[in-house]
Amino acid sequence: MNLKTVSPKNKIDTYDVEKIRRDFPVLLQKVHGQKLCYLDNAATTQKPRSVIDAVSRYYETINSNVHRGVHSLSEMATQAYEDSRTTVKNFINAASEKEIIFTRGTTEAINLVAHSYGKINLKEGDEVLITNMEHHSNIVPWQLICEEKNAKLKVVPVNNDGELIFEEFEKQLNERTKIVSVVYVSNSLGTINPVKKIIDKAHSFGIPVLLDGAQAIQHLKIDVQELDCDFFAFSGHKIYGPTGIGVLYGREKLLESMPPYMGGGDMISKVTFEKTTYNELPHKFEAGTPHISGAIGLAEALRYINKIGIKKISAYEKEILNYAASSLLQVNGLKVIGQAKEKSSVISFVFDNIHPHDVGTFLDFEGIAVRTGHHCTQPLMDRFNIPATTRASFALYNTKEEVDILVNGLKKVLEVFN
Amino acid sequence: MNDELRELYQQVILDHNKSPRNFRVIEHANHHSEGYNPLCGDRIDVFIDVEEGIVKDISFQGSGCAISKASASLMSSTVKGKTVDEAEKLFEKFHSLITGKADGDPEELGKLAVFAGVRDFPARVKCASLAWHTMINALKKEKDVVTTE
Ligand SMILES: Cc1ncc(COP(=O)(O)O)c(C=O)c1O
Repeated sequence: MNLKTVSPKNKIDTYDVEKIRRDFPVLLQKVHGQKLCYLDNAATTQKPRSVIDAVSRYYETINSNVHRGVHSLSEMATQAYEDSRTTVKNFINAASEKEIIFTRGTTEAINLVAHSYGKINLKEGDEVLITNMEHHSNIVPWQLICEEKNAKLKVVPVNNDGELIFEEFEKQLNERTKIVSVVYVSNSLGTINPVKKIIDKAHSFGIPVLLDGAQAIQHLKIDVQELDCDFFAFSGHKIYGPTGIGVLYGREKLLESMPPYMGGGDMISKVTFEKTTYNELPHKFEAGTPHISGAIGLAEALRYINKIGIKKISAYEKEILNYAASSLLQVNGLKVIGQAKEKSSVISFVFDNIHPHDVGTFLDFEGIAVRTGHHCTQPLMDRFNIPATTRASFALYNTKEEVDILVNGLKKVLEVFN
Repeated sequence: MNDELRELYQQVILDHNKSPRNFRVIEHANHHSEGYNPLCGDRIDVFIDVEEGIVKDISFQGSGCAISKASASLMSSTVKGKTVDEAEKLFEKFHSLITGKADGDPEELGKLAVFAGVRDFPARVKCASLAWHTMINALKKEKDVVTTE
């Protein structure tokens, strides 16, 4: 199936999804004898051949430790690792490589900021502002530091459509607020938050903003300078890269002012038992041997995205989302949770009398992979008074046919339960 | 429907899911416990009235998948009238059945044997056993201990 889009030069560009699908070896598999229909992309995305190859090529050719050896392999590995940082920098348009810190993922990136920034900026009575739709990894790190510092964690509510109530956000900002940490795109509902507005408002109080970009980076064009965010966290595995690698972008001035998060090799410039001086950015925040092959794989994934073009991907995914939203209306009794006006390619839904677990098990036998549960957003589930949802999340390789397979699968589930 | 699925979602299970037995609160139960499955967010409350070592009445409330609801429903109807001792032994047998370690005679489990299909779905063992764990917990606790929760 091709989606035609008109490029600025008035040329017809086609989005060749079948060709894209051939880049992803996993997609050729069968599950329970059925063609795999992978709709759990918000949990993790599949990897294109080029990423898999880049990782094995690293181990086959230049595997060694970085920033230490004078031998050729170590120099090449260091070069490849640092080139990957540059690729990330360019991908999100950061001002400098110093602002790109490799982490294990979004979770570690947020923990880094919570602990390091929190350590020197939070004191008793201060406030950290998050929202009701955060992933547990943008809640718990803040709870930990707030407990330590006797600071308060404040929560901006969401409305029945799953949108942030902006007026409430404005009301809760005050001189005690020391940082705002919000999810850009909700992993449970797909809501795209008005982050630019949030950032501008917070900055008018001089408050920095962290964006949890775990579900934004693979769907939207990200320009950290245009957004003017202070921190941006994302995971490699959700953007077609390896697991175990992620990124914290941080504004250089802020990162400079923050103490190290972990101590060890690589993050120091001089160690004596009396005093240790820390390495320069970004190495100050990268203690120990990093995930070298992960960084290389991530850079390859970003090149893969660039080859297709993130804007084209966005437009295509929007088409799939709209098609899914209207197709799912055919399924009796299905109720979508999260009806935000601005949504990314996630659809969460429930039935009155059928539990998500049962839906998930039946769909699995149709070859359809969806996520069922609370999606690490229990406070959000509580907000909607539900224990769990079934979630279908789409990526650049999903097709309208797969949406049809999902709809048919759901109809079969209804036959059994009604 | 696929055979494995049919084995898991037997008609009896679908039926108990749709119209669960003993799905109510026992106002003055002398045993009560709340069970929680953090993986899926399911909650269940089990109420039991024990008199002279016998389960005189047992009921449950809560939300959950078909497997967990049917399991709670069948558990309550099986255990009612049995001694506390028998109820605990039954749980051991039931647990062996759903984890595929069944030794003894499946006959002893009566209707509970419909849960044999769970052994092919390791992720669902927790669903099938939640009500039972909660019941065992409730039996261990006196009412006044529970109400302070
Ligand atoms: C919105 C959001 N934030 C944070 C995370 C955590 O990401 P990771 O587990 O890769 O650290 C996820 C992943 O599920 C997510 O969807």
